[in-house]
Amino acid sequence: MKIAVIAVQGAFREHIQALRQLGVDAVEARRASDLENADGVVLPGGESTAIGKLMREYDMIDPVREMAAQGKPIFGTCAGMIVLANRIEGEQTVHLGLMDVTVNRNSFGRQRDSFEADLDIPVLGEAAFPAVFIRAPHIAAVGDQVEVLARYQDRIVAVRQGNLLATSFHPELTGDLRLHQYFLNISNKSVAK
Amino acid sequence: MSKVGTDLVKRGMAEMQKGGVIMDVVNAEQAKIAEAAGAVAVMALERVPSDIRKAGGVARMADPTIIEEVMKAVSIPVMAKCRIGHIVEARILEAMGVDYIDESEVLTPADDKFHVDKTKFTVPFVCGAKDLGEALRRIGEGASMIRTKGEPGTGNIIEAVTHQRMMQAQIRRVQGMSEDELYAEAKNIGAPLHLLKEVHDTGRLPVVNFAAGGVATPADAALMMELGSDGVFVGSGIFKSENPEKFARAIVQATTHYQDYELLAELSKNLGGAMEGIDIATLRAEERMATRGW
Repeated sequence: MKIAVIAVQGAFREHIQALRQLGVDAVEARRASDLENADGVVLPGGESTAIGKLMREYDMIDPVREMAAQGKPIFGTCAGMIVLANRIEGEQTVHLGLMDVTVNRNSFGRQRDSFEADLDIPVLGEAAFPAVFIRAPHIAAVGDQVEVLARYQDRIVAVRQGNLLATSFHPELTGDLRLHQYFLNISNKSVAK
Repeated sequence: MSKVGTDLVKRGMAEMQKGGVIMDVVNAEQAKIAEAAGAVAVMALERVPSDIRKAGGVARMADPTIIEEVMKAVSIPVMAKCRIGHIVEARILEAMGVDYIDESEVLTPADDKFHVDKTKFTVPFVCGAKDLGEALRRIGEGASMIRTKGEPGTGNIIEAVTHQRMMQAQIRRVQGMSEDELYAEAKNIGAPLHLLKEVHDTGRLPVVNFAAGGVATPADAALMMELGSDGVFVGSGIFKSENPEKFARAIVQATTHYQDYELLAELSKNLGGAMEGIDIATLRAEERMATRGW
């Protein structure tokens, strides 16, 4: 299985390491041609304005939308979640606009308010998930098709909509591979189709 | 239940900046230009380094009004500089909610012996370094991000290249050492032993390592990425060029696509004049900023 990690900016190296530990062929994607033959896409943490802009300028928006339409899994973390959302509070800009959610950017405050916390994510089993939130967004509203996977202090911080997965926090930084494995399980189903 | 200001949170913030460009700005208008060009953060200053050079005298933390103006203008992170060893300037910046503090040799040092104890702060710090020992000393004091010092405000890349090459060469050398050689090496380069061991085991600095101090063109930014930098700071290089919007956009793209040479050629076309440069050899010893700090 080949997963393209959007590598225009941000923590793409960590996602690639996590995916390789799970035996996946993970590749860096900086332009549209890097997405060819990929079975799924990861949108890493970083700055959403920079990532969105560079994806637009290098024609990666439509190819990723097509892959999503084909049922291929897409996973966005932090900035990646903002790039996936179809509504961003207080902004006109939408990047991929694939997920039926409204995100609130930097909703937990500035960097001094960034934090670590143990999260309860029922689909991953009983053990708490170590989550790190860095100038993190949260999801303010979700559409009917969206399944809420986790909340932190009443704010939605992890969601799934069919083949689309998004988290406010950074599973690529904490070494717990369960979310990446969960993402790959979505991939396996779509590849099997 | 939740923990703020941990190493993971502070270093993680720098991880998110990788592959990006951090731009010096002196007002809201410049900050918006930087954000629109795809900068991952801005550094709010009263003067860019080349103007600090020209002005002479003592350079201090910027007026908080300027920093607040920039924080209101953009949604990307805002960094600001305090003087080396100036604990109170650092505390003021933290209290204002600045996202990252640069304890910077661009400003006139406040202490000729001690840097700020950065482990005591919730806000993360970036510090300059010329070599591995200096980088590990700063990380030992709690820096969550390192950048080369280069020679700020010169538009001349040679010092940043020298510092990054030195750091990478020392990392490779340490990686090849036997464990019993690390004790003497820690003493020789003045680095905390536990951090040196980490470099030996992982082959990289424990934190993100950016380039700074002399980046003036898209090719300069790409060169620093080629030499192993995780990202680039651009000080005077953007807003002292003839066309800041074009330079900002081209430097952002050159940093992402640093090995795509045909694209770099396109990005370098018709940019207009880069900032005026200074030959390092013409600087007097006291004019060199890279030698500030220990």
